[in-house]
Amino acid sequence: MKSVVVNNISKRYGSKKAVTTALRGISFEVDKGELFGIIGPDGAGKTSLFRILTTLLLAEEGTATVDGLDVVKAYKAIRQRVGYMPGRFSLYQDLTVKENLDFFATIFNTSVEENYDLIKDIYSQIEPFKDRKAGKLSGGMKQKLALSCALIHRPSVLFLDEPTTGVDAVSRKEFWEMLRKLKEQQITILVSTPYMDEASLCDKVALIQSGKILSIDTPEGVVRSFGKKIIAVKSSNMLNLLADLKKTELLEDAYPFGEYHHAVLKNESNEHELKNYLQQKGYPFEIKGTDPNIEDCFMALMKN
Amino acid sequence: MRTLKFLLQKEFRQIFRDPSILRIIFIMPVIQLIVLPWAADYEIKNIKLAVIDHDRSDYSRSLTNKITASGYFILTDYTSSFEQTLGEIEHDKADIILEIPASFEKDLVKESESKLFMAVNAINGVKAGLGSSYLRSIIQDYNREVRTEWIQFPRFSPETSIEVTNSNWFNPSMNYKVFMVPGILVLLLTMVGSNLTAINIVKEKEIGTIEQINVTPVKKFHFILGKLIPFWVLGLLVFTIGFGIAWIVYGIYPAGSFLTIYLFAAVYLLAVLGLGLLISTYANNQQQAMLISFFLMMIFVLMGGLYTSIDSMPGWAQAITKANPVSYFIEVIRMVVLKGSGLADIKYQLLTILGFAVLLNGWAVVNYHKRS
Repeated sequence: MKSVVVNNISKRYGSKKAVTTALRGISFEVDKGELFGIIGPDGAGKTSLFRILTTLLLAEEGTATVDGLDVVKAYKAIRQRVGYMPGRFSLYQDLTVKENLDFFATIFNTSVEENYDLIKDIYSQIEPFKDRKAGKLSGGMKQKLALSCALIHRPSVLFLDEPTTGVDAVSRKEFWEMLRKLKEQQITILVSTPYMDEASLCDKVALIQSGKILSIDTPEGVVRSFGKKIIAVKSSNMLNLLADLKKTELLEDAYPFGEYHHAVLKNESNEHELKNYLQQKGYPFEIKGTDPNIEDCFMALMKN
Repeated sequence: MRTLKFLLQKEFRQIFRDPSILRIIFIMPVIQLIVLPWAADYEIKNIKLAVIDHDRSDYSRSLTNKITASGYFILTDYTSSFEQTLGEIEHDKADIILEIPASFEKDLVKESESKLFMAVNAINGVKAGLGSSYLRSIIQDYNREVRTEWIQFPRFSPETSIEVTNSNWFNPSMNYKVFMVPGILVLLLTMVGSNLTAINIVKEKEIGTIEQINVTPVKKFHFILGKLIPFWVLGLLVFTIGFGIAWIVYGIYPAGSFLTIYLFAAVYLLAVLGLGLLISTYANNQQQAMLISFFLMMIFVLMGGLYTSIDSMPGWAQAITKANPVSYFIEVIRMVVLKGSGLADIKYQLLTILGFAVLLNGWAVVNYHKRS
């Protein structure tokens, strides 16, 4: 059975004069126990989509089911079985870690002890601070607490809206580790993120931009479908280099990528031609072929 | 029920953990009830009087002495030039000028009639009106004294005259504090009830915690009750503290029964909490909530019959006060505290407030959505 089915969902905000379209006919399916990533820039419609699926927002068009239940008709049943972690930390800052967890457990008619095994790995990291007020926790700890609270009623589907935004690199890595472990519990996880490098950590990714899905595939599938050659170039003057790369007809696209610039070759051109072109510019540079990764694919998709 | 219990537990925990709420709850009634009744005094005192005495006779001096001895007036100037004294009014150094003509004593003795001139600074209407009438009655009194000094009245007055004596019921000494303090208590309850509720719920909106609650199976009805009950309890607590202060500081003890007052207060709080709830469903942030409740509080206070009598308002204004819950409670609390009215006497007000409670809460519940 599909865990989440979204069929042609559209959402508009505002009245007649100033309408913002957040989602334009989105459809996708998520299998049970899948870690599904929704990748897109700010304002792509990720949060609107999550709010519709967690029954907080009504869509104008289209239907969606979560765990086989319609998000409009069976919203009460859905609220029993989904966990939602909003992008912004929204637990009670004036209650302690333990009080927050207890509170969310009790309003779902369960207890922390009952589902302790599920959150053990995550919660044990913040347990030493269980008497500290939630507002006084660090960003990474807040996020762990929020995840614990979202999991405490053993949801079958977990929605994580930009869980890693504003979290340091180490905590981000840890967080994805935790998600991997949760997957083993057969919990379906939908996670949205603006960071493309996190896409490769998902089972499947949907790239979303301006309320439309550009592609849905496994991370490997996305890379495989790229089909263009990427050249990494480096020089002492990166700014001039980028300007020169943008000027040439040989390339489809060029953008900074870590310590290199990535140059996407047109099908008809090759690395040698690019090398010749850059040598004419008269400054030292370093050039090498590289494998496209998922970010390159998304850059290309978003360009079109 | 179990859910409600946990919601209440959480709510009380948060309230008692917030020192600013506790401070407001305990300090506000104390300050308001101890300071306000002394300042909100209807009696006009310290009226600055300038006397222009052109006569400088025994009579004019004894009149001036009588006026200053009344305690209402402060003699700021005693001159014989009108121009100069009018300047005093212009510079706000005098409120009333009394001009005694040069022939005051002579006219009074010879013609049995003399005229005085009074000029009043009417910028502060209340002060001008009351001040001039105080002064007039002192002069009349003086007039009577002068007459009794001269004429030996016969045993039975040849002229028919009506003498009026009065007695003040329910507040024999006309102590304004006795009716101001209960009124202030009502305002206190209104502020605690509507502001705290509105701000509390809007704060959950602002922080986003309401979103987190909305995705849970918690019922709307539970959530709202979980918010109302704590503030209902707090409201009654503040009310009790207020009554304690009224008793200790002013010796005000209701003539009627506490049961009647508390019953009314309990129902009244429901209405006020409903108002707070309603504000919270419309306001998106704490600033909006504050502004709406300040706007309403101003109307409630000024049209509630605390400072000015509703009966003397124009017809349309009286109609507006019918929609003001504060006016009913102020009326009732004065009835019970001063007159000792019982349940039967206030049943109309009680039912009206009950109606308000149902209407406001109903409206708020309909307007509160767990999803948008």
